[in-house]
Amino acid sequence: MFFLKLIIRNAFRHRLRTVLTVVGVAIAVMAFGLLSTLVGLWYLGVESSSATRLVTRNSISLVFSLPVAYKDRIRQVPGVKSVSWGNWFGGVYIEPKNFFPNFAVEPGSYLGLYPEFILPPDQKAAFLLDRRGAVAGRKLAEKYRWKTGDQITLKGTIFPGEWPFVLRGIYRGAQKSTDETQFFFNWNYLNETLKKTVPRRADQVGFYMTGVSRPDQAAEVSVAIDTLFHNSLAETLTETEKAFQLGFVSMTEAIMVAIRIVSYVVIVIIMVVAANTMAMTARERMGEFATLKTLGFGPWYIALVVFGESITISMVGGFTGVLLTFPAACWIEAELSQFFPVFNISPMTIYLDLLASFTVGVTAAVFPTWRGVTIGIAEGLRRVG
Amino acid sequence: MNSTVIRPPIVRIRNLTKSYQRGNQNIPVLMDIDFDIADGEFLALMGPSGSGKSTLLNLIAGIDKADTGQIVIGGVDIALLTEAELARWRSTNVGFIFQFYNLIPVLTAFENVELPLLLTALSRKERCEHVETVLRLVNLEERMDHYPSQLSGGQQQRVAIARAIITDPTILVADEPTGDLDRLSAEDILTFIDRLNREFGKTVIMVTHDPRAAEKAHLVRHLEKGVLSDN
Ligand SMILES: Nc1ncnc2c1ncn2[C@@H]1O[C@H](COP(=O)(O)OP(=O)(O)OP(=O)(O)O)[C@@H](O)[C@H]1O
Ligand SMILES: [Mg+2]
Repeated sequence: MFFLKLIIRNAFRHRLRTVLTVVGVAIAVMAFGLLSTLVGLWYLGVESSSATRLVTRNSISLVFSLPVAYKDRIRQVPGVKSVSWGNWFGGVYIEPKNFFPNFAVEPGSYLGLYPEFILPPDQKAAFLLDRRGAVAGRKLAEKYRWKTGDQITLKGTIFPGEWPFVLRGIYRGAQKSTDETQFFFNWNYLNETLKKTVPRRADQVGFYMTGVSRPDQAAEVSVAIDTLFHNSLAETLTETEKAFQLGFVSMTEAIMVAIRIVSYVVIVIIMVVAANTMAMTARERMGEFATLKTLGFGPWYIALVVFGESITISMVGGFTGVLLTFPAACWIEAELSQFFPVFNISPMTIYLDLLASFTVGVTAAVFPTWRGVTIGIAEGLRRVG
Repeated sequence: MNSTVIRPPIVRIRNLTKSYQRGNQNIPVLMDIDFDIADGEFLALMGPSGSGKSTLLNLIAGIDKADTGQIVIGGVDIALLTEAELARWRSTNVGFIFQFYNLIPVLTAFENVELPLLLTALSRKERCEHVETVLRLVNLEERMDHYPSQLSGGQQQRVAIARAIITDPTILVADEPTGDLDRLSAEDILTFIDRLNREFGKTVIMVTHDPRAAEKAHLVRHLEKGVLSDN
């Protein structure tokens, strides 16, 4: 109790110095938390994708398509439960800066493959009935204040022209990590329009989505599908949705690694700054440490006083940083929702934040403690006055 | 008044040497010191600056280590004690009074005086009683909630005296206790130290430059260039 009092009073002896250190630790911890979350989100797309969904695409590249006729042959592969297909539409809403993922998909089978997209039954029925119907995620709809029944026009980039849709449903994610920013509509609408305008682009699909019953069938079914179209005009490449996502992720993985390194560097920098502050503080206290030792207090007491003060300051900073992380995350989620549809701070990130600030406190105290403990009493006493 | 001569020595120093290493140079500070201090003595150590007074005092108080020689205090050869044993020995046997008071600035007068008692088994209540008694003795009972910065130099030194005697040590060491005080406050502090010696029988070893302070002592020894001489 006595020493707790001493530690806390010591910590706030130099108000300005302590406040600056606390602010520094808080900002570093907040940056660390946000960067970790960002990196985590990048991999979340992979983690939340299902291992029972296979993606089949043209083996040459994603930009080449496959004939729609493949669907019937894929359906016959043993282990296949359902098949859906679609095209990446790449439409723009009013202005190019309004980016969100949008697809043309075979509606019934697609919704069947994505049970995590929760759509009220009446909306689902309306969507399936309307050729021009479209469904948007909850976040997306909130962002543009769409309601069911609204007419939404996308400007085609890959498929030129103005494309009017009627919003028939707004889906909600089954989990917090489910992407609620997608927009999809009936593939037939796209295909029939193409038949009239650019017939050579009709009856082509960008990808097939295949559902298998059990994850352990995935490899076998993938090989079976690709074998089916071996030596045909458009050969296929089938992989699990997870692997497909990882393919995307690996392209930018180097950037993610760099961001992760930066997040650690931030912590190391604040560690050095805090260590310097503690060294400065301890140097001023050498005479007091010597006095304590003169009175008979052993090295453990010196360690307690230095570590206590250092950890107090760094943890106050750490908790402040954690508290600041939440409004910052909300702001990111609101302002950058097209890049980060969900920006959740996980409990793990908070533990890591607090662990990082604790480590900062401990590290900063090591050298000053060692000095305070090893300095001769007579020499320490000479520092007084 | 030769009772001091009859009493057994509480401090016995034999062949004491101490030197400091500066670079590869060896600077001798104390050379072959031999002397005894009787129990209940009030000794003043005088001498020019740099003559080794503080060094000698620190050795007797067990906060510095001698190169060679013996320091036996109350029957204990303190050179043979480990660091931890020495710390425990200091906390029960020696009271310290410094030139610059050496109070902990973030602790109140009360808390500063309480500090040495934290190393004892006393209960909180007992500690409070002890601290109040001692603060009353140095006439500071009304100031016990004040921080050192809210006290005058003389008052701070009185707090330091209270802290020095709270564990009831046998020896009081004081390194220029009046060195930072005005005449009146110095007089006041010396009166207290004198009282502790007379009424409570504490052995006092005091380093001083002030002849007025030395007058209070029963015995004055001079240290010059590491060698001790009588008057
Ligand atoms: N840590 C040290 N390293 C090197 N030399 C030291 C050290 N401590 C003391 N000395 C030297 O030892 C000598 C004696 O110092 P000491 O402090 O005992 O003198 P003093 O008699 O108390 O002087 P003053 O009256 O100025 O306080 C001085 O020459 C001093 O420079
Ligand atoms: Mg001195």
